[in-house]
Amino acid sequence: ILSATVDAAADTQGTSAPETVVPSSVPQPKDDFQEELVIRPLHSGDIYASFQFRTLWDTDFMRENKVSHYRLFPKSLGQVISKFSVRELHISFTQGYWRTMQWGQPFIPSPPGAELWVWFQDSVTDVDATWKELTNVLSGIFCASLNFIDSTNTVQPSASFKPLGIGNVTDHSFLRYATLPREIVCTENLTPWKKLLPCGSKAGLAVLLKSEKLFHSSFHSQAVHIRSVCQDWQCKTTSWELRQTVNSVFDLHNSGQAKREWSLFKMFSRTLTEACPLASSSKLYIDITDNPQQFELSPATSLLSQAVVLGDRRTFSVYDLTQETTFGSVRSLNLLIRWKSNEGEMLRPLLHAERYVAGYGLQTGEIHTLMYNNHPYRSFPVLLLDSVPWYLRLYIHTLSVTSKGKDNKPSYIHYEPSKDRVKPHLLEMLIQLPPNSVTEVTVQFERALLKWTEYPPDPNHGFYVGSSVISSLVPSTVAMDTNSTRERPLFSSFFPCKEESSYFVRIYTEPLLVNLPTPDFSMPYNVICLTCTVVAVGYGSLYNLLTRSFQIEEPNPGLAKRIANVIRKMRGVPPL
Amino acid sequence: MGLLSDPNRRRALISMLTRLNAPICVVCYFAGVAWFMGLAFEPFTLRTYMSENAMGSTMVEERFPAGERALATGREFAAHKKKVGGMPVDWLVKNMQDRGLEVFTQSFSRTLPFPDENKERYIVKGTNVYGILRAPRAPRTEALVLSAPCSPGDSNNQAVGLLLGLAQYFRNQIYWAKDIIFLVNEHDLIGMQAWLEGYHHTNTTGMSWSPLQGRGGSIQAALSLELSSDVITSLDLVLEGLNGQLPNLDLANLFYAFCQKIGVLCTIQGKLQRNDWDSVSGYSHAVQTMMLMVMKQASGRPWGDHGLFLRYHIEAATIKGVNSFRQYKTDATTIGRLLEGMYRKLNNLLERLHQSYFFYLMPSLSHFVSIGYYMPAFGLLAVILLLRALDLWVQLNTPPSTTEDGVADIDQVRHTPGVLSVLTPLVISHLTGVALYALPIRFQETAVEHFPVSETEAVVLTAIAIYTAGLALPHNTHRYYIMCVCGTEQGWRVLKLIAVLYLAVLLGCTALINFSLGFILALTLVPLAAFVTPHVPKVLSAFILVILSPACTLLFSVFFFQELQEMPVSFQDGWLLYLSVISQGILDHSLYGSLVYPLIALLVYPCWLLFWNILFWK
Repeated sequence: ILSATVDAAADTQGTSAPETVVPSSVPQPKDDFQEELVIRPLHSGDIYASFQFRTLWDTDFMRENKVSHYRLFPKSLGQVISKFSVRELHISFTQGYWRTMQWGQPFIPSPPGAELWVWFQDSVTDVDATWKELTNVLSGIFCASLNFIDSTNTVQPSASFKPLGIGNVTDHSFLRYATLPREIVCTENLTPWKKLLPCGSKAGLAVLLKSEKLFHSSFHSQAVHIRSVCQDWQCKTTSWELRQTVNSVFDLHNSGQAKREWSLFKMFSRTLTEACPLASSSKLYIDITDNPQQFELSPATSLLSQAVVLGDRRTFSVYDLTQETTFGSVRSLNLLIRWKSNEGEMLRPLLHAERYVAGYGLQTGEIHTLMYNNHPYRSFPVLLLDSVPWYLRLYIHTLSVTSKGKDNKPSYIHYEPSKDRVKPHLLEMLIQLPPNSVTEVTVQFERALLKWTEYPPDPNHGFYVGSSVISSLVPSTVAMDTNSTRERPLFSSFFPCKEESSYFVRIYTEPLLVNLPTPDFSMPYNVICLTCTVVAVGYGSLYNLLTRSFQIEEPNPGLAKRIANVIRKMRGVPPL
Repeated sequence: MGLLSDPNRRRALISMLTRLNAPICVVCYFAGVAWFMGLAFEPFTLRTYMSENAMGSTMVEERFPAGERALATGREFAAHKKKVGGMPVDWLVKNMQDRGLEVFTQSFSRTLPFPDENKERYIVKGTNVYGILRAPRAPRTEALVLSAPCSPGDSNNQAVGLLLGLAQYFRNQIYWAKDIIFLVNEHDLIGMQAWLEGYHHTNTTGMSWSPLQGRGGSIQAALSLELSSDVITSLDLVLEGLNGQLPNLDLANLFYAFCQKIGVLCTIQGKLQRNDWDSVSGYSHAVQTMMLMVMKQASGRPWGDHGLFLRYHIEAATIKGVNSFRQYKTDATTIGRLLEGMYRKLNNLLERLHQSYFFYLMPSLSHFVSIGYYMPAFGLLAVILLLRALDLWVQLNTPPSTTEDGVADIDQVRHTPGVLSVLTPLVISHLTGVALYALPIRFQETAVEHFPVSETEAVVLTAIAIYTAGLALPHNTHRYYIMCVCGTEQGWRVLKLIAVLYLAVLLGCTALINFSLGFILALTLVPLAAFVTPHVPKVLSAFILVILSPACTLLFSVFFFQELQEMPVSFQDGWLLYLSVISQGILDHSLYGSLVYPLIALLVYPCWLLFWNILFWK
């Protein structure tokens, strides 16, 4: 306790010192906070709401003297970064499965359950130990079961997860990736997440994050991404970026109303009244690309913004919450979307995937992964990452990749076999998807019989296999659109522009639930004990009976007879 | 075991067993039959109880309101069905989409090995339509299935209507934790087989189907709904599935619990429950119910669309609405509420249904007989075979020196005839079995060319012909016996010893998988195995042997089953029914992989032929 107070005293001293210096030496603060909310009405009739909160901080966690003064950046995460020498950290908690075919691509994809991937600095000597410690610390910070991440579900992907920040790291021994598909996400995870925000849930967009409404949705995903980014175009100095996101999809059908309309209040049971005072920018975007045909907005805004998002050119109405006028006379913004018609075809996602277990019985099975390339004429490569727990013993010789009925040979295969009770299978493949095709990856497996202590409390529920991850550069739909190129000057449109010609997509398939052979735990072992006893006793005597030959023992002959026999033997006469 | 290690006492025990062999066998047989009949007596059975904690109390509130609208949808469906002349695929797809489901279709086709005259189909082409209600915030790992067959004619339209009504109602609820798949399958079992094979990407029966586009993870439970009138008087629960598999008893318990809660009359095997177990009629009612279950289970065929789910370890049952013009009427809303309650309970499941029994018989919906209670009945029959085998073994090992010294010496040289000597009858009878299994379908075209019969008749009559031809075998194999050294007393004893042990193993294995089939076979085959020797009067014994042969057992079973269903048939109709049952058995094998036909043809019939050989031993 004493040392802690001393530390705290040192902390307060440390913080007070720069605070007095900052205003004089640096005019603008070295940290910056932005918040935004994107709302996109989906073709299926659902509403997609995506919150992003970004904190930038120009500091160096890795330098010798510790960073001790925190203003906008959460201290708990800053300490984690410096203590564990983290280069990049991505963590997501997701409840539900993103339905690519109905909803299109999400802004930030995530697999069901919890996902964590971390790049460590080169200075870390024992990566595994650091990783173990880090997961336990994060488990505490986010109130999640991340402490269940151990060597049996951690892999080191060789190609699928490259750093998203600066730095060209190629040595994937500093990367760790793990998923917990069974993790349930709920309020207890949201609360610590909200506490990381500078304004908490007191002001700004975060007031909308009320769990009773947020968990009444079809899909909920919250994430934290930490990476270092360049500050200027020359990248002389870098700063740390913390991005907190919440993605959720609200089911319009669930409301059971005949008339389709939706408002902020209906969605979140709150309206917006102010921006977070600490935020340098606070914006609300509504995707109105389909606006004229489909729905109307009220209040309307004149601010428009265009952006190419995920290979598609979208138009957004922008509400700037830092402006007083946005809130109007009632001092509150309750955005209303009213549908006029239900028309309009959704652009089919160019890439989507699904996965299932084939076969029946508890001995073997087959994992099928289907990847659809819906592009009419372009083929593109995808990276498939599969991490399968050791208790499904993959028969890797049965691995087959077929598209359009023909064998499709992957140009790159990275396979690490599993080790029982130690590490999972890791399979990474670079596969070219032909245009307008389905590519099927199948691999057979055998279900292992676990030791009886290894079964979880509800063994008959089944065992989860995490989502496989498909990463790809998908040809952009903007590039497919001939109208837009027609408007552009001729000299600019001969070669496809790289930025617009393809975009990065990461897709997660559904996790699998696989039943393993399970002993009958409902009669806790007394049956087994009894059977064993009976078998042991019965078997012993039966074995005796079968292998021994029983003979009646002759009574012992007398001494005289024995002597007589000796004599007879010497004479060569048969004994008596 | 000390008893057996002491040679003197062992000898005494064995001599007692051989001396009293026949009386003990007779006692065992009657004790086995009596035990079996006692199973239906209510004080000897257990009350059903819910074992699964997650479904423990019936504390769900059923609110399904839209029975009338569901029936209207059913009528609309009927109109479209009539218009299209089959499954109204487009209408169904549109309707399911409007209800907010993800809708997919699957087309399939199948050419039957020979025309099915009961259902009048030969080349089957069809489409399954299914819609998936995605559970909010669930990662597509678990699913429940509600299916309704799209049957030809006017039947089952209400089931499809109710299915769509429930889909609409379920879609607006937030509490689902598992995806719910609403399936309308065409051509009943064939469509269901295609869908299940597509879902699990297996192909066990050579059917062609288009791959499924949407899935919901591993299916936890399924219900199949059959409903043919707007108002019903009672609901019947059908449990018997493929190869005599049964769903977990908790599924039956769940149905019973909700019937009690909502106040719907419920039956099993079409029999209501009675409270007068102590009266003779009450007891015979329970026996009838249980015997119906035994007969249905023994047939090894799926008795409803649910039957095919069981192979995939999915607990499933069929719920049939019965309108028998009783006083008590139940409307569609009530049935909807019942199903809603059941699905909400199944939705609560944390694990697959596994807590309760998988092996049971039900003398009524509220009582059951577990495997521990019914197995002794079979054990008492099986022990006869072991006693007879012991007797034969002892006879083989005792040198027959008691009769004449001269003969005994010669016999002693070869008093244990080699196992090889009985190989010939074993091989020949099994080859006959293989012929019975393989030839009827192979030779149907040849038969149709040469005889004025239809394909189906050709198959069935060929089977019967081969079966009968097998009886002529002893005369053909006779000369082989003369060549081998053992055409003596010892020879048939060795053959009989092997046959009896063979039968014991065969029946034991069968009874473990399908108790009813094993028990019925044991009931007829054990006595003949026990008594047959070459020394019994030939004509009478041959007659008894034929009467107790598997084919005649099937014939009696057909009559008995009709009797149990209170639909007795004349001998003429019974015979026709018998022929159709054989053709159905062969079809079930090739369409769904039922194992009863190959079991009878490849194992039981050859075993019976061995006893036939012993009778005509020379």
